[in-house]
Amino acid sequence: MHTHTPSTPYFVTTQTRASQITMMLAVALIAVLIILPFFAGRVLIQDMFFILTMLVLAQFWNLLAGYGGMVSIGQQAFVGMGAYAMFGGVILAGIDPIPAILLGGLASLIVAVPTAFFAFRLQGPYFAIGTWVIAEVMRLVMAQVKALGGGTGTSLPRSATREMWATEWIAELFDVRNSAARDILTYWLALALAVATIIAIYALLRSKPGLALSAVRDNPEAAKSVGVDAGRMKWFVFLTSAFGTGLAGALIYVQKARISPDAAFSVTDWTAYVLFIVIIGGIGTIEGPIIGVIIFFLLQSLLADYGSWYLFTLGIIGIVVMLFAPRGLWGLITEKTGIQLFPIRRRLSGGPLDTSKY
Amino acid sequence: MIWVDTLTQGILLGGLYALFAAGLSLVFGIMRLVNLAHGDFIVMAAYLILLLVTLLGLSPFLAAAIAAPLMYGVGWGLQKHLLNRTLGNDILPPLLVTFGLSIALQNALLEAFSADSQRLPTGAISTASIDMGGLTLGVLPLLTFGSAVAVIVGLNQLFYRTELGRAFRATSDDATTASLMGIRPSNIFAKATAIAMLVVTLAALYLGMRSNFDPSIGPARLIYAFQAVIIGGLGSLWGTLVGGIIIGLAQTVGAAINPEWQILAGHVAFLIVLMLRPRGLFPRAVD
Repeated sequence: MHTHTPSTPYFVTTQTRASQITMMLAVALIAVLIILPFFAGRVLIQDMFFILTMLVLAQFWNLLAGYGGMVSIGQQAFVGMGAYAMFGGVILAGIDPIPAILLGGLASLIVAVPTAFFAFRLQGPYFAIGTWVIAEVMRLVMAQVKALGGGTGTSLPRSATREMWATEWIAELFDVRNSAARDILTYWLALALAVATIIAIYALLRSKPGLALSAVRDNPEAAKSVGVDAGRMKWFVFLTSAFGTGLAGALIYVQKARISPDAAFSVTDWTAYVLFIVIIGGIGTIEGPIIGVIIFFLLQSLLADYGSWYLFTLGIIGIVVMLFAPRGLWGLITEKTGIQLFPIRRRLSGGPLDTSKY
Repeated sequence: MIWVDTLTQGILLGGLYALFAAGLSLVFGIMRLVNLAHGDFIVMAAYLILLLVTLLGLSPFLAAAIAAPLMYGVGWGLQKHLLNRTLGNDILPPLLVTFGLSIALQNALLEAFSADSQRLPTGAISTASIDMGGLTLGVLPLLTFGSAVAVIVGLNQLFYRTELGRAFRATSDDATTASLMGIRPSNIFAKATAIAMLVVTLAALYLGMRSNFDPSIGPARLIYAFQAVIIGGLGSLWGTLVGGIIIGLAQTVGAAINPEWQILAGHVAFLIVLMLRPRGLFPRAVD
């Protein structure tokens, strides 16, 4: 029989040993990624930029669909609006491209309000196509804005990209040309955005609103009955996701420096790819998109020469994963090992029956 | 008079959109499934008809008659072996599986037929027209509209006058109880998708005769179909026809004002209806 001192207090924890090790490894990895430009070539930096920005888009789509239960096929609306607002800030208002990225996030947040107003009137699959229609509307409207190049698009003015914040300093530091310095700068920003996104989403999921969010996803009626305002949670998640997606979109187009409505509002580039990343990695987890984006990048490097067969394969892989492993690769791994790197499940420890000891 | 002409063209164009939408409406009504690859199946059927026309030298109508049973089989197999596995309370699997299917289908068509625009050879019918009191109507648009009305009458007859229709309605209302009455929901669903593919073949015939098509145009057809279904109200086939006409009218009027506004005008009409009547004009199903 166990005898415990009654003073042993109960406490609720989400940490596990795996998560503590993960945190330490993550800090080390981030440190390596920060100094990466000192010893990596330009191609690797560009690849890493692509991986990190896709990771940000995937995390926000995952927040929306995997945690919020809102399956959108219209995230390209916010990538495009973010990118166009950044271009607008630079070309029409003469702002530096770097602060104009914030303008991109803000613009996406603003257009997300009427988008949600319409899209929330549709349920389930109709919500999905509804968001797509709204993204199409934005694409067609932006194609009418002649000041930003209309249907054919436009480029960032050379003066703006040459004098971009901090590029001169980076160019001197690394002794590289201005264009390579720009790649390093956007890479660092992408790294910062990806880390901030993961920290913010993890913090949200561990907080009380995060618990409410999971409750709404798993059973909206039961969640309402214990006082969760499901409608407010939906708005909060939709707007957060739009803001983050808009920031990522603006950053992507600072690096590309050329925009057109068809590219910025592309359903394949900004939603289909993102969907496959999340599905293959594992929807409804933070680990999933991280694994997914790595696999996606490897597949792309391997198959990119095969053009349309590559997209065909991606579609088939998506179907197979959804049918046979709906929780994705990470789901398979946790099923086998029980490991959670970013645990959000609350466990009771301490007290007379300390389960953590068994 | 130009305006009367524009409006008439718009209404007739709505017939084509109603044909796009009828299959979507049917499948959703019975199993609450939205096939995101619906538009790509229309394009696939158009290529199938084109293939039969080129290989066998048939007229498009005859080729469509041969393509129809093939598409019926495709629909049956698709539902029985793939989509039935995705049905359930979770909305993610059907959405993501059909989205994956859409991407795969588009790219398979691209690989097989290249990105070149194609058109079904129509002969004299594409330019034939009827003069009605100063108003000149194309035979092909009239035929499309007539076919759309016939399809909707036919589907309604099927739904409310036949044993299969009764099974459709019973499974739609309560699949579990229906299966107690000796109905096998998985087979009923397979038949529903197969019938939807017959309508898809007809839609593909008119799409291919009236305009150019290439592997990338599927998603836009899905969007028009979707808008027609939502405007009409879920579960109402006549509503779907009205929805198609509204989209057709909006697009034609938009294009008459500025050719660049054609598609945008259709989307705006859809959003206005969604704002004023979120459940569509003739809602029936409660979802």
